[in-house]
Amino acid sequence: MTAAASTEHDHAEGHDHGDHHVLPLWLLIGTWLALMGLTVFTVTASTFPLGAFDLPVAMAIATVKATLVMLIFMHLGFDKGFHSLLIYGSFLFVFLFISFVWIDRGQYQVDINEKEQQEIAIDLGQ
Amino acid sequence: MSDAHGHGDKPFLAHHFEDEDHQFDSGKLGIWAFLVTEILFFSGLFCAYVIYRAMHPEVFTFASNALDTQMGAINTGVLIFSSLTAAWAVRNAQLGQKTGLIVNLSITILCAFGFMGIKYLEYSHKFHLGLFPGDKYEAKEGAYGDESKGNANTVAFTSPDQEESSEESLPGVAYSLGDTQEAELAEAAEALEDHSGEAHADGDHADGDHADGDHADGHAPLAPWNDPNVPESTKRKLKIFFGIYFCMTGLHGIHVLIGILVLGWLLTRAIRGHFTPTYYGPIDFAALYWHLVDLIWIYLFPLLYLIN
Repeated sequence: MTAAASTEHDHAEGHDHGDHHVLPLWLLIGTWLALMGLTVFTVTASTFPLGAFDLPVAMAIATVKATLVMLIFMHLGFDKGFHSLLIYGSFLFVFLFISFVWIDRGQYQVDINEKEQQEIAIDLGQ
Repeated sequence: MSDAHGHGDKPFLAHHFEDEDHQFDSGKLGIWAFLVTEILFFSGLFCAYVIYRAMHPEVFTFASNALDTQMGAINTGVLIFSSLTAAWAVRNAQLGQKTGLIVNLSITILCAFGFMGIKYLEYSHKFHLGLFPGDKYEAKEGAYGDESKGNANTVAFTSPDQEESSEESLPGVAYSLGDTQEAELAEAAEALEDHSGEAHADGDHADGDHADGDHADGHAPLAPWNDPNVPESTKRKLKIFFGIYFCMTGLHGIHVLIGILVLGWLLTRAIRGHFTPTYYGPIDFAALYWHLVDLIWIYLFPLLYLIN
């Protein structure tokens, strides 16, 4: 099979494909420092009693860190949009997955409670 | 990708690609598709975590005292730094800086070993205290004391029910006793940021139900870690927390090990000078994988170690 080089070489200089964007060093190190700072922040924040906001705050900080890693280290901020579509699409499906299981989670709770009351009764009876 | 059919001066350009850019783009698409499958792979375990924590928040609150926050934080720092060196290695490869590439790949691998070393310390400490996944779970005294806070008052976790038959509580099966009523569902539904509209309907009729007669201490989710009156129902479910913990961190650890192997292989190739500014795909793709491993840990850390 001959490489289809004869007609294809023209567009090689055009670089309409092949993303060779080099991340500047200050951006790499800056992102790292930001990530370390956010880690310290999230550990510190966890020591404050925020009640019901504990988890949302921790998740929010984790999401900021994740966004930094994705956009900069993983280069999504500079890549063609399709890669972003792939990964955000996967997040969507994870969300759907957990949502549907979540909706069902109390479905058999009555039966489960009943069974365990029986088990406790048996345990206490022995 | 060394190939006998490669173009003369480009030994790693596979014959079915037009040029190196084409090969790079294809590889990039491939690794992104793989990362998507990895995310879905882990999502199963995250689902188990979300559901179980929502339904039994007191179990998580109590059990998290067996985890050392400091070690987890150090591991987070190690992985984040290794992400930096992995991204830097890609930059080195793009710029043809062979020495930098070798150094950064090596540091990334060292950090990965460091991560596994700390993980080994954590796991062995847990096994010492009888905190095994699944059937072998048998918490010993002090298992739920919190060393990282330097507190000498460890929990005397000696329950007469430790010899209970373990067949009834398989890891992953969400048992729940009578005390976990809609009250806790409603509370957990508010506490979590998941937005499934239907679930919140449970909260309406549960507000009056907080003081449940089974609890000795009034309300389990706020039981302090050294409270010997932790209800029986909570103790029965602790092994499931550890099933989830070991599965999530274990699977993540396996991914770190795989990363070590892949990066090690790339290191040998880098030493042999295979990578050029136009052929550095493998470095880029392995670094993407490594960043995903870091991403997963970024979420695992607060979910497992930073529970109050």
